[in-house]
Parts: sequence; C-alpha cells; structure tokens
Amino acid sequence: MTIDVTEIKKDFPVLQRHINGKRLIYLDSANTSQKPVSVMDAMEDYYRQFNANVHRGSYQLANEATAILEGSRDKVTSFINANSRQEVVFTKNATEAMNLISNTWGREHLSDGDAIVLTELEHHANIVPWQMLASEKNFEIRWIKIDDNGHLDLSDFDQLIDGAKLLSFAAMSNVLGTFTPVRELTSRAQEMGLTVHADASQYTPHSKTDVQEMGIDFLTFTGHKLLGPMGIGVLWGKQNLLESMPPFLGGGEMILNVTKEGFSTNELPWKFEAGTPMVAEAAGLGAAIDYLSNVGMEEIRNHEIVLTGYALERLNSEFGETISIFGPRDPSERGGVISFTFDGAHPHDISQVLDEENICIRAGHHCAKPLMQVLNVGATSRVSMYLYNDHSDIDALVSGLHKVRDLFVP
Amino acid sequence: MSSLDDLYKEIILDHYRSPRNQGELEPPAHRCEGFNPLCGDEVIVFVSLIDQKIDEIKIGGQGCSISQASASMMTEIIKGKSISEAEEIIHAFKEMMDIYESELSGEETDGASPSVDLGDLEALQGVVKYPVRIKCATLAWNTLTQSINEIQNIDDSL
Repeated sequence: MTIDVTEIKKDFPVLQRHINGKRLIYLDSANTSQKPVSVMDAMEDYYRQFNANVHRGSYQLANEATAILEGSRDKVTSFINANSRQEVVFTKNATEAMNLISNTWGREHLSDGDAIVLTELEHHANIVPWQMLASEKNFEIRWIKIDDNGHLDLSDFDQLIDGAKLLSFAAMSNVLGTFTPVRELTSRAQEMGLTVHADASQYTPHSKTDVQEMGIDFLTFTGHKLLGPMGIGVLWGKQNLLESMPPFLGGGEMILNVTKEGFSTNELPWKFEAGTPMVAEAAGLGAAIDYLSNVGMEEIRNHEIVLTGYALERLNSEFGETISIFGPRDPSERGGVISFTFDGAHPHDISQVLDEENICIRAGHHCAKPLMQVLNVGATSRVSMYLYNDHSDIDALVSGLHKVRDLFVP
Repeated sequence: MSSLDDLYKEIILDHYRSPRNQGELEPPAHRCEGFNPLCGDEVIVFVSLIDQKIDEIKIGGQGCSISQASASMMTEIIKGKSISEAEEIIHAFKEMMDIYESELSGEETDGASPSVDLGDLEALQGVVKYPVRIKCATLAWNTLTQSINEIQNIDDSL
C-alpha cells in the first residue's frame, strides 16, 4: 500500500503555511518533525480537561491524568514491542536518556582499564556523555570506522569489541542516513559479553522498531522526531538491567520510602522518573504513535525509500559533478536523509538561498563533528524527509539549488 | 531576490571567491583559532607584529561566504595598522553588526567611532537583517580581538 501524502499534508497545519506567498517546504525532519493536529489536540485536551498531578491524587481528575500518562507508556511499549511497560522510562529527550545510561549503568560498570565501543557515525549525544564519564573513570573509547559509502567498516570489529564492556551505536545515522546492521552488531557483541545500546532517535520515526528482534539491551529515542512534542524521550532497557541499575535523578516519584537515614527506590519504571513528569507531552507522544501506527511504519519506510531514490536521482542528474552526496548509494540501505556539499557554495549559503524560496533544510555539522572530520568537511547541507513529503518538495529543492548555482557558481 | 541581493553583494562574493591574505604565518607570528559552534565554521588568524604595528595578517580555516568575505576584508583594512587603530576598527565593525544598536538608533553609528571609515566592509551591513549570519560575519573579528588580547597578555607577562 502506498500512502496518500496529499491527505497526510492536510493533518499538519504548519505545512499549510505560506511565507511571502510561497508554501512552506519542510525538509528538515531529521532535526525535528512537524506535528499533526491530533498531537496538538491530545496535549490541549490534557490541559483543558484532565490536568492534575499524577500518581498522587485521590480524586477522579488525578486518576484520569495518571491514566493518560500510563496509557502513553503502554502505547510506547507496544510500538517498540517491549516485553513490559516497566521497561519503558520517560525522559526529557534522547540526550537525557543516554546520560541516564552513562550515569547509572556506566558509572557502575566502567572503570580504569575498561573500554567501550562507539562508531564514527555518532551524534554528540552518544559521544559526550561517554567522554564525560571517561574523563572521570579513565576508560578507553574505541571507534568503529566507516567506509567510503558511509557503512560501518567491520573488518576489525572483533578486535574492537575484544575486552570492551559496552557497544553503543546509532541504528540510523542522522547525517548519512545509513542503517547500521543492528542484529549483526548486537549478536556478535553480546557473544563477547558486551552490553549493547542503540541510539534510535533517527531509526524509530522511520522504521519499524522491535527491541526483541533487535536483541539489544538498551534503546533510546526522542519524541519530537516522530511527530510528537519536544520535551519527551524514551529509554527502553531490559528489565533485569534496569533493576540492577542505581537511580539517576533523586526526588519525588522515584522513591518508595524516605527517612532521615535514607531512601529506598520505587519500582520500575518510576525509579528513573524523579519529579512531576511531562504528562501533556506523553499525551502528545501517544497521539503521535497512534498516527504513525494508523499510517503504518512499513508504508512510511517504503514511501521514504521511493522518495529518497527520486531525490538522489534528481540531485545527481541535475548537478552531476557540482554535488557530492555522502552515504550509501542504495536508497534501501539508508533512511530519508541526504547530506551533500556543493562546489562553490557553502552549506550555510545554500540554506540561506533556499530559505528565500521557503525551503527548510539544515546546514552545519549536525551535532556530529567527529563524523565531519572523517568526511573531511566542515559542514554539509542536509535534506531530510518524512511521511508528509512528496515529489513536489524534491522538485522545489532542485529548482532552489539551481538558484544557488546561479548565484555562487560563476 | 531583492533581500538576497542585499546580503550577497558583488563585493562579498568577490572576496569569497578570491579571498585576500589567505594562508599561514610561521611562528613567532601569533596564531589564534575561532569556531562558530552553530555551523562548524572555523577561522585561524595569524598576526605578526613589528613595533606594535600589524605587519602581516593571514587567514586560515573554512567557512561560508559571509565569514570568508568578512575575514578577507578584515585583513585588508587591518594590515599595517597599529594595535590601537585596529581596536578602533574592530569596535566600529562590531557596532555596525550590532542588531540592537541599529534597531534602536536607526543609524549605523552613534558617534562612538566617527573617525573610522569601514570602506568595503559597509557591504556587510545587509547581514544584520539575518541574525544567525551575524555570527558568521563577526567570527574573524572576534578571533582577531582574542588574538590581540593574547598578544598583549604575553607582552604584559614579559
């Protein structure tokens, strides 16, 4: 089944917006996605009808608010095929979820002489928390390199994971769009005794996520890239792991009992959710998951393969030698993210000229500076697509890039 | 395209395509790096002084048309100036780039640096309308300021 983008676009009010008489062409969904009306309604409904603090009210309103929060947790649980709702922890964003892992699991398991393994594809959120802990605990960070096509180079994988305690990698690159071989990496690493974390902030919005099939130990992703609001992210972890970990932030909600002498922690998942949670955001995330599930994750993935293929073909045929596109050539091996550089025009200037046409793309290092060094560029332009983009958006991009070329390439 | 023409004036594109004073200076020339964390642009300013005058200035690194053109024009106006003259020019340029200043007064200068003629650099005035790009235009200048401060600190400690 193909998806009906014309109908889908109608659900996203911001895509109806015109600036200076030109329609908005949004090609920056890897940065943040747009939100459908149903997400906004769910959040507004919460504040209009159900607002009360959760888990502590002894009246109906509070029970309803709690049901909204926990109902969204159930939606996440089934969306990623987790074993139980106790394994699903809400965080502020994916960055906080990764800091949670490094500060709890990492602090307990990593010490002087240990090693962890990351890849050159990582977003800063999956680098800096580990560097912060490494400067304190003095463990080694090893890097899986990438090849010329933006795939992981696994030729020395066995040596890299030898003696290491953790493998932490992006399931999909936010710069190159590369899908990494999650199952292969995971099973090989787990055989050697490593714990495995997949950063799925780019993966989960665009591809069916099944934590049991992936076999990983931890998964993190953010809500705002999958049609949900900003301000909510998810940490999923295997129950026995989460149970063995010390708490992250301390305060209300995460405790079972507190005395002057100390405290005992609450059960999962609340042990990791200190303080009043983001209930409206959870309601929005739940509505986003409903929206995506109704369209179908496989349909979305197929749509993006077709659209990415079309974009790659048009960019290459229109701009030939002028454009350098990074990452896998085959659209089925990548998500709907295309990073490129353009001879004679800097990414920042490209997005400036496109902005004049009301086309939104990202320019810069995409929070992946180590990857920029590997690619030997300071910055790239990045186009990223989602279920509400269609061929006309790509056509607009191509004509916008012609204007860039006219201005900058004499 | 009128507002884009305002930003990408021919003189800016010319400096971007053919940057002046590009390259490196060997020690004992002073070397100072600046970054724009927003877009990853990087500029390296090399300065060599003779008798408190900026005898040579070179620019390394990479960046967008605005940051490269601004750096290139900066080297032209700064070369041969004394430290205090350079500081006056830097001050006048930053004043031109100050979005709040120009919004409040409606004029480019408020009389603080009437003696400074920015010449070609006036072409960068259009950048003020694009707040994110102000960081691009001022990157080399902030790096030069840092460089001068570092040089003066070294002198003080001698």
